[in-house]
Amino acid sequence: MDGQLKLKQASVLLVGAGGLGAPLGLYLAAAGIGRIGLVDFDVVDFTNLQRQVIHGTKDVGRKKIDSAFETMRDINPFVQLDRHETALSSENAFQIFKDYDYVVDGTDNFPTRYLVNDACVLLNKPNVYGSIFRFEGQATVFAYEGGPCYRCLYPEPPPPGLVPSCAEGGVLGILPGVIGLIQATETVKLILGIGQPLVGRLLLYDALGMKFRELKLRKNPDCPICGDHRTITQLIDYQEFCGIPHQPVEAAPVTGDIEPSEVKQKQDRGDNFVLIDVREPHEYQIARIPGARLIPLGELPKRLGELNKLDEFVMHCKSGMRSAKAVDLLKQAGFAKVRNMKGGILAWSDKVDPTVPKY
Amino acid sequence: MARILIPTPLRQFAEKNDSVELTGTTVGEVLGALTSRFPDLKKHLYNDEGKLRSFVNVYLNDEDIRYIGKEASPVKEADTLSIVPSIAGGAHRG
Repeated sequence: MDGQLKLKQASVLLVGAGGLGAPLGLYLAAAGIGRIGLVDFDVVDFTNLQRQVIHGTKDVGRKKIDSAFETMRDINPFVQLDRHETALSSENAFQIFKDYDYVVDGTDNFPTRYLVNDACVLLNKPNVYGSIFRFEGQATVFAYEGGPCYRCLYPEPPPPGLVPSCAEGGVLGILPGVIGLIQATETVKLILGIGQPLVGRLLLYDALGMKFRELKLRKNPDCPICGDHRTITQLIDYQEFCGIPHQPVEAAPVTGDIEPSEVKQKQDRGDNFVLIDVREPHEYQIARIPGARLIPLGELPKRLGELNKLDEFVMHCKSGMRSAKAVDLLKQAGFAKVRNMKGGILAWSDKVDPTVPKY
Repeated sequence: MARILIPTPLRQFAEKNDSVELTGTTVGEVLGALTSRFPDLKKHLYNDEGKLRSFVNVYLNDEDIRYIGKEASPVKEADTLSIVPSIAGGAHRG
């Protein structure tokens, strides 16, 4: 009963409602943590469901934070759930972190991991760390009562491109479940003050070999943020630190109309964009543009979860009217790079490829 | 012969091996033997100045070599070396 009270009085911030955040959210809510905050601004996609078990097929297209909270509330309606629907940044990290006892890092990129670490070290909050790659994972607790931090382990991130990302490598769907639950276990242990916390030890998990190994994790006296001669005393620009160039100013506009000939050029150049045909299936049977993906206008609102907001889109229909509506719809849903192909497939037939029949 | 464990992200540069047995009396010698056998690994482990990259940690058994003599750390028969690179996966782009 004492333990349950400690859990009830505790507050935990989850950074990320993805692969690691999913099992964490489920079990920490079930454990009866008093207050759980969640930082996430992403939307549920079909490809997430293989590992992000806090979301289901009915949630595709919804905000992850809404979907996760609904599930957690269903498991335990007595947990206070605090939303932080934003990208964690150097500007907001202190403000968000300061009201929580523990921070659990379930992010997926180096800039955010260094940001979470630095904010935890500077605010003196334990950082329950987990990370995954394909078939292996790592877990530890950083910055616990002056213990080693992420920078003690890795002073610097790899330059972009040198280490393949999860997106390239993929990940065994079950893996974040294992690592996320190790993080959940450590969080609950810290709150209850029981057992030996995973401090000063880096736990490595190899799913293929089904082996757990443990390495010593020492505090680095030369650590730039928690060492004897610290040089970092405030949050920095983590994109720059990780060698990621700031988004360049867009040279060509990615809104408005685009000529069919320009779409053809983009295809020939192998530009990275998605051509969406919003006509009906029977029209698609009559004539189609190679490479176009059929999503009829009427189905588009409920199929937005299939599309990635970061991609560039060209929408087309028969003559350009329905696709203009589709462009508006995508923009309202937060898609930034969407254009309408002028004159539709009729213009394509006239100007690009006369073998495409007109109807 | 010391065993050296190769982590998943680097196996593609080591003919898919997850571990290899190599000879060497120091950590530096074993790593040298590793990169001669798999030259593609070199740029992932060392920077242009020939120093171990700061996002790649090497452990001799369970000790981080940075605290026990770095690449000069003596290696005995039956020791295990692990390369542990930083990985960042965990959320939505997985």
